Amino acid sequence: MSYEAHFKVWRGDADGGSLVDYTVTVNEGEVVLDIIHRLQATEAADLAVRWNCKAGKCGSCSAEINGRPRLMCMTRMSLLDPDEPVVVTPMRAFPVVRDLVTDVSFNYAKAREVPSFVPPDGLGPGEYRMQQEDVERSQEFRKCIECFLCQNTCHVVRDHEENKPVFAGPRFLMRVAELDMHPLDGAAEAGLDRKRSAQEEHGLGYCNITKCCTEVCPEHIKITDNALIPLKERAVDRKYDPLVWLGSKIRRRV
Amino acid sequence: MATGTDPRSATSAGVPAQGGVHHPSRATIPARHLRADRWWLQPAATAAGLFAFVVYSTWRAFAGDDYYAAPYVSPFYSPCIAENCVPMKSGADWEVFGSWWSLSPALLILIFPLGFRLTCYYYRKAYYRGFWASPPACAVAEPHRTYTGETRFPLVLQNIHRYFFYFAVIVAGILTYDAALGFRNARGEWGHMGLGTLVLLANIALIWAYTLSCHSCRHIVGGRIRTFSKHPVRYRMWGWVSALNARHMQLAWASLVSVAVADFYVYLVASGVFDDPRLF
Repeated sequence: MSYEAHFKVWRGDADGGSLVDYTVTVNEGEVVLDIIHRLQATEAADLAVRWNCKAGKCGSCSAEINGRPRLMCMTRMSLLDPDEPVVVTPMRAFPVVRDLVTDVSFNYAKAREVPSFVPPDGLGPGEYRMQQEDVERSQEFRKCIECFLCQNTCHVVRDHEENKPVFAGPRFLMRVAELDMHPLDGAAEAGLDRKRSAQEEHGLGYCNITKCCTEVCPEHIKITDNALIPLKERAVDRKYDPLVWLGSKIRRRV
Repeated sequence: MATGTDPRSATSAGVPAQGGVHHPSRATIPARHLRADRWWLQPAATAAGLFAFVVYSTWRAFAGDDYYAAPYVSPFYSPCIAENCVPMKSGADWEVFGSWWSLSPALLILIFPLGFRLTCYYYRKAYYRGFWASPPACAVAEPHRTYTGETRFPLVLQNIHRYFFYFAVIVAGILTYDAALGFRNARGEWGHMGLGTLVLLANIALIWAYTLSCHSCRHIVGGRIRTFSKHPVRYRMWGWVSALNARHMQLAWASLVSVAVADFYVYLVASGVFDDPRLF
């Protein structure tokens, strides 16, 4: 069954813009991205939107629908009230480029700040052997499609632009956690303390675990419970727990 | 930069920029948020629930009376470590603090469960959202001009949560002992049970479930290990705690309610409102 929906889409660029009203046909089974494409095909041919797979796996079509950060391709129209306008805006934590397209280069800069996997000494390519239980935790984090909805919704940078230089954001703190939990990562042996650097260089202390990153994750990764809080506990081991510090000193001497 | 476009109005660390979603580089949308759902309901309900508990527990903690009705003791007053505690038959009343302590004995012990819950990862989320609006809800702009999170005093002290966890385990052990004493009658004879015994048992079961589902506990029992395959016992324990941990929020609320209910039950019996129905 089709109906006419009232859409309000943000149109503009870095110099300004506003919500523009459209009335557009919605067919059964469609998602918000389908409607945006219909708008492009009918009355707004110059509407800028980033998209790719239409299957929730490329992370391109991130936007805010009725104020909630979501993937447009994974938001079914049947979930929205047909009598209420559907408001679609670009992500509000990043600089806007045009219409629904934002400049997410902040995330790529943060990605480069996380030191990559350090190959273990004495093992060559093809010689890595890991037990499933040792990599299970990290595998959850590998589901990330880098849609940056978690980065967008995190109030640490969304509401405080000044924190962007010092805070990596949930996606990249999760990356630090993934590497710190990796059974073969040789960072510690190479003199890189990921636990300490999470707190001192990637701004883990700014996270106040209010779980918005987890709420918006389209891959349903438990970012807060399985990555950020365990990473906080690991940082506590390094920086705030005298008993753990003492234990590590004694073990080193024995 | 990967896209070749730097953010237009870069700011330096720690220098407040023009407010968050209204930063000049971002889409110009006058509204601080565009959520049309009832986003305020959850933080409001959380704040109301926590406020109600704070009011009730403050009243009971300062009352210093009606907390023991043999064989039951209120969880707010156990262990009772002041000389002014009422005598409890085989109970956890130790006169650590002498007669100079004239305030309610509950104040001496409640600091530990209070600290445990105050630094708990779930309650932090609850009160940061409910009371401090930081943020009030996801994608709803917070009202504060600056934000440093848990990087500075006093919030950096949230990092001592694991120490409160250790104390919470001790307190839970003592409350388990109290619940076991509930299988006596008022004269101290074993093999009896009343409605109060069930109340204390339900309470201690929820207290243990909440305590063991703690994120610090999850880290201590196994989370800190990098290679689970070398520690199969700890891996198994980590799996159990992780299963509980997934329900940490529900257990936090259930145990908060149960501890208040257990205290109120003892208060009603101790103040003579009704007699404890004996089952056998």
